[in-house]
Amino acid sequence: MESFIIFISISLTIIIIIPFYRVLKGPTVFDRLLGAGAIGTKTVVLILLLGLLFKRLEMFIDIALAYAILSFISSLIVAKYFSTEKAKE
Amino acid sequence: MNEVKDILTILFLLLGSFFMLIGSIGVIRLPDFFTRSHATSKSDTLGIMLIVVGLICYEGLELNSLKLMIIFVFIALANPVGSHALARAAFKFGIKPWFKKEEKDQD
Repeated sequence: MESFIIFISISLTIIIIIPFYRVLKGPTVFDRLLGAGAIGTKTVVLILLLGLLFKRLEMFIDIALAYAILSFISSLIVAKYFSTEKAKE
Repeated sequence: MNEVKDILTILFLLLGSFFMLIGSIGVIRLPDFFTRSHATSKSDTLGIMLIVVGLICYEGLELNSLKLMIIFVFIALANPVGSHALARAAFKFGIKPWFKKEEKDQD
């Protein structure tokens, strides 16, 4: 069971690297935001799996929850900034 | 009982990571911003939910499972709202959705 969770964590890190291509190449700034948002939400799961591996899940659950809240609020704030007129130029 | 727990955990973890892989591929392959936001908001959320349910199965009935349930509910609510805010800002910013007849692939 332990090695299976390690295998899932490694495949998850590979899955996290894929959106980096979109962050680098994205034509508009929103594609980059999308890639960063995707990486953020995937990192929450990676933190949880690592918490399981390190046998101290209680601490890592709080870290993952804080990170999920932060990534959610940051995407809201950036979306709010880009819908204002000042961001147009 | 222990085997059933392990089998359930393995099944949910595999399904969850499969959907996250699909989400990542969707972010790359889809032609336009609005189609890409489909990939991240929907399949990512499903992937996370499946993995969190797998962890809940692995943990059994404990305090950790309650905290994982909280994460499950929060991600289920927050992820779509974040993607919607981003898509709305993009539309107000002036990004036109992609149509087939344009044949201009915004890669």
